[in-house]
Amino acid sequence: MTYDLSQPAALMAALLPDLLLMGGAMALALLAAWRPASDAHQRLVGQGTLVVLATSLVSVILAALRGGEATAGVIAVDGFRWAVDAVILLAAMGTVALNIEQQPRDGIRHAESHVLVGLAASGMMVLAAARDLMVIFLGIEIMSVAIYALVGLNRRSARSAEASLKYFLLGAFATGFLLYGIALIYGATGQTQLGSISAAIARHALALDPMLMVGIGLLIIGFGFKVAAVPFHMWAPDVYDGATTPIAGFMAAGVKAAAFATLLRILYEAFYLVGLWIEPLAWVAVVTMIVGNLVALSQRDIKRMLAYSGIVHTGYLLVAAVAATDLASTVFTFYMLGYTLATLGAFAIVGVVQRDGEGGAPLAAYAGLWSTRPWLAVGMSVFLLAFLGFPVFGGLGFFGKWYLLSAAIDAPGRLVVLSIIVVLTSVISAGYYLPVIRAMFMEPRAEGATSPAPTGALTRVVLIVSAGLILVCGLLPSSLATIALRNGFAPHAIPDEVRATGAGLLR
Amino acid sequence: MDNTFHPLFYGFHFYLFGLIAIASAILFVTRKSPVAAALWLINVMFCLAVLYVMLDAQFIGAIQVLVYAGAIMVVFLFVVMLLNLGQPDDLADIRGTGPRLAAGAVGLAILAEVMVLARSRIQGEYAPAAAVELLVPAADAVGGVIAPVAGPLFREHLLAFELTSILLLAAIVGAVVIGKKQGPADAR
Repeated sequence: MTYDLSQPAALMAALLPDLLLMGGAMALALLAAWRPASDAHQRLVGQGTLVVLATSLVSVILAALRGGEATAGVIAVDGFRWAVDAVILLAAMGTVALNIEQQPRDGIRHAESHVLVGLAASGMMVLAAARDLMVIFLGIEIMSVAIYALVGLNRRSARSAEASLKYFLLGAFATGFLLYGIALIYGATGQTQLGSISAAIARHALALDPMLMVGIGLLIIGFGFKVAAVPFHMWAPDVYDGATTPIAGFMAAGVKAAAFATLLRILYEAFYLVGLWIEPLAWVAVVTMIVGNLVALSQRDIKRMLAYSGIVHTGYLLVAAVAATDLASTVFTFYMLGYTLATLGAFAIVGVVQRDGEGGAPLAAYAGLWSTRPWLAVGMSVFLLAFLGFPVFGGLGFFGKWYLLSAAIDAPGRLVVLSIIVVLTSVISAGYYLPVIRAMFMEPRAEGATSPAPTGALTRVVLIVSAGLILVCGLLPSSLATIALRNGFAPHAIPDEVRATGAGLLR
Repeated sequence: MDNTFHPLFYGFHFYLFGLIAIASAILFVTRKSPVAAALWLINVMFCLAVLYVMLDAQFIGAIQVLVYAGAIMVVFLFVVMLLNLGQPDDLADIRGTGPRLAAGAVGLAILAEVMVLARSRIQGEYAPAAAVELLVPAADAVGGVIAPVAGPLFREHLLAFELTSILLLAAIVGAVVIGKKQGPADAR
């Protein structure tokens, strides 16, 4: 069926999962304010949020099965949107489940935090769907504003306040770049809808227009901040460190998935006739992979290490963006699913091992974890190996990287240099993932070290589901890849002469 | 009621809202509580919006309410509340039964007047007032300048318009969570 987006009813039908989530979040905001803050109340609101997110996920799956397409308009109705929505909703559900059990341990009683996760997820879903620069900007802001508040939830922690302020100020700064970029693109083309922008570029031969170039550059900087690409990554370690652990996981998984999906859509739908973004983006990918990996090597705190590892994965995903073939979006969703599951799981374990009311997550706390909590050690190993892209035990992570590399090699222009850097930096990343595993299995437990607090039921579910999905999907990658292939969105082929303008590193 | 221009009617409202605006502005700079001062400032904005509408600049009036009385004042109030400058007791400038009844009566009177004006303006042919036409020659027909603005806002940009309200909701929930006084157990 075709959605005629000029009709409000069809627009609502096309936005049904998003509207369900937004409406649910509003109802939950009322529920959260109904009673004074208490542990029982935040648990109730959290469970309500889980139900709302699950409802939205069901409607996403139904919409994906039903298929359909939309007329040109402000939002897209395609498989890519549904796939990204599913990843976002999975991340949000995991976050809320972990948050319900983590909040009492951190001494946080706000029930509104779950509402904010729901609102942030609705902003991300808007981003996954958006096909208009105005809607994209609003989606980014809905997501970011909710996350600014979530980072600052722990009012008694100076680190949390620092993280929140840092993220807010830098985020506002990055928003300025983004908005200015959007304004310049509008100035150059007179359009805000992605399809109309590319049409205007073709009609008026704007591919080398300086105002458009500057606009695209500012846009990429704005997104570079949101996905934590080097050199716009400075905030990530401090903010992950200061935020509560589930929120840090949410930022690493959900924000990245949503911002990247939007960036891909903008680049492939609006700017496929402009070749000049390819080369700088390739350089950003290289710098991100190298710097992220090298700095991660020197981290002694697991949360900061995971933050740098998130930066590294941004670099890998940028390689997919640079490849810019019709496989790129498929590879992106496939990779993002594995990365999201591993991130959720790893941050869940960090939360469990972390002692109550303590900010940091030193590597030393993991020494000898195998002897006290063997399943936690096994789970953490699966997640770290998935990050690393290890075969079999890393499950989905291995195939994510495999497909990424094949997309890069098969891309017209053959991204050989980029592929080599992906492989080399993956080898370096073993230098910080494997020591954690060695510490858990081979080092003795420190004298007098207490066993981590018992794992809550919801946390256990999150761990089992994410580890299980990583391993099972790792055994059946081709069936998942078939689904992902159906859910890629076919970008316009970048003409060869356009691709040639982005030469250099791509040769 | 016919729709011709009544100089007396027009002049009465001009002075009424002009005086309210001046009085509110004086109250705004003399209040001790920052929250009360901010609320009086909103009152000034509303009165100015009424004056704009009387000049047939409906759009500027609406924007005055949306941007100044809405967005910017909300930001002011957020900052004031987040800094915890105002004590809740100082918030109300109107205390006691008498003043409250008086305030309610004024509100009802203004509401009734707005409804009467709205009825008389929507029905029938609208004859532009001579005095107004000199000031705003571009304003045409019933909607003034509203229709060209409302069309795109509620058709092409409907989604963006609605998303803005979600954005504001997220901002409000976030600000309340961060600004809320914590319970005794969490007192800092």
